[in-house]
Amino acid sequence: MFEQQLFNGLTLGLIYALIAVGYTMVYGVIELINFAHGEVYMLGAFLCITFIQALGVPLFPAMVLAMACCAGIGVLIDQIAYKPLRKAPRLAALITAIGVSIFLQNIAMIIWGSRPVPFTRSAVPAAFSETAFTLGSVNVSGLQVFIYALTIAMMIGLTLIINKTRIGTAMRALAQNATAAALMGINVNRVISFTFALGSGLGAVAGILVGMYYNTLSATMGYNAGVKAFAAAVLGGIGSVPGAMLGGVVLGVAETLGAGYVSSQYRDGLGYAVMIAVILLRPSGLLGKSVGQKA
Amino acid sequence: MLSLTGVNTYYGSIHALKGVTLTVNQGEIVTLIGANGAGKTTTLMSISGVTVPRQGTVEFLGEDITKLSTEKIVARGITQVPEGRMIFPRLTVRENLLMGAYLRNDKDNVKADEEHVYELFPKLLERSKQHGGTLSGGEQQMLAIGRALMARPKVLLLDEPSLGLAPIVVENIFEIIQRINRDGVTILLVEQNAQMALQVAHRGYVLETGQVTLEGPAKDLLEDPKVRSAYLGLD
Repeated sequence: MFEQQLFNGLTLGLIYALIAVGYTMVYGVIELINFAHGEVYMLGAFLCITFIQALGVPLFPAMVLAMACCAGIGVLIDQIAYKPLRKAPRLAALITAIGVSIFLQNIAMIIWGSRPVPFTRSAVPAAFSETAFTLGSVNVSGLQVFIYALTIAMMIGLTLIINKTRIGTAMRALAQNATAAALMGINVNRVISFTFALGSGLGAVAGILVGMYYNTLSATMGYNAGVKAFAAAVLGGIGSVPGAMLGGVVLGVAETLGAGYVSSQYRDGLGYAVMIAVILLRPSGLLGKSVGQKA
Repeated sequence: MLSLTGVNTYYGSIHALKGVTLTVNQGEIVTLIGANGAGKTTTLMSISGVTVPRQGTVEFLGEDITKLSTEKIVARGITQVPEGRMIFPRLTVRENLLMGAYLRNDKDNVKADEEHVYELFPKLLERSKQHGGTLSGGEQQMLAIGRALMARPKVLLLDEPSLGLAPIVVENIFEIIQRINRDGVTILLVEQNAQMALQVAHRGYVLETGQVTLEGPAKDLLEDPKVRSAYLGLD
């Protein structure tokens, strides 16, 4: 039972992690909690099933397409809603982010309706719903294996982009000192757009995976996932990418174990309790930098 | 080479530069001295396009660059070593240097320039894999200068390179500045350490509350009674 919960928690946690990196990266470069990020995740899921159903695109190309669309949507959100507020007080941008979130949720309801819809079952490979392997008493489904592989591969890819490429180094430079970054000739707005594209693309994948995993999509699905992933990012230390990954996994596992051992009604509450406990003991989060370090 | 004509810059409603006019000729070291809040940093930021002047023009190599973005100004050959050094604390020394070469695509030359920086500042080679934030103040200043050189600037703007450094380190930094100048880089140097600045510079400007009040060859300024009493602590 414990092992089974652990694997289920890991599935959920890796998905949270994929969303949480989007929050933490954007926070890193422009110090904004992008509350519309959860809606991008939701749009990723809906766009994917729309490509499958309306255009007959197979699952994997549809995922790539949805990811690309969401990357573009993320950049557009920044350009239209946040960029004009770059020099405004942080609160103005934060309220705008909440506004964008509500706007996108309602757009989704107009297009896809306000009732939950199932994921296109026929497009999902049969192997995903079968048990891929059994480990003692634990059954791990094909979809779970796919989720582990894809999320971990994406996080490795993201880590490489951030640490090994020129634009990734520019992202880190911008997060550490925006004025100095500009003085190096870094086009700050281009790096910010790149950050939104990257985070939104990953968020879209998370939305699709959740859609498949729970076999249900709704226009409001981004709210809960968004708040959870934000909690995961804070838990790991906002601004820290490895922190967001770890925070996601910790939150996912804590929630699933809580639901399994205490009561499934307390599942969300237990997840947040873990976050609050961590923040009380380590205000900068698990892997967050302590405040004094910003030289 | 670089000239400012009647530059007025504001921070909100604060009038920081009130018609600053100055010229830097090719191959010179020109220093801008003055008290805290006189507008020295604002002058450099107005050149770099970080704070855009409301009136007046900044010309570089005969072209108006007043309204260009910082990125374009750097691309044209004006690089700044900002006050307080502003190195990236959680990038390695090497990554800091490579950020200086952000706009360049000539990989082989960038590599050669990196070697050149290590030759100027051997300490940086020793510490190339360390985070910038772990360096001492003097080493951070070296890193900031090295990083700026990685852009292959035609004009280097230096803001208070002596700030917070031990006298022996300051001497070393100023020797390097002169060497960089001999290698063909034109320098505009902002300093509170007027003594040191006027010793290495060819010409100087004195800035007071956003206006140039005095200018001339550095040697003359060193002898000027007003400069001596106000900025050199001599009478």
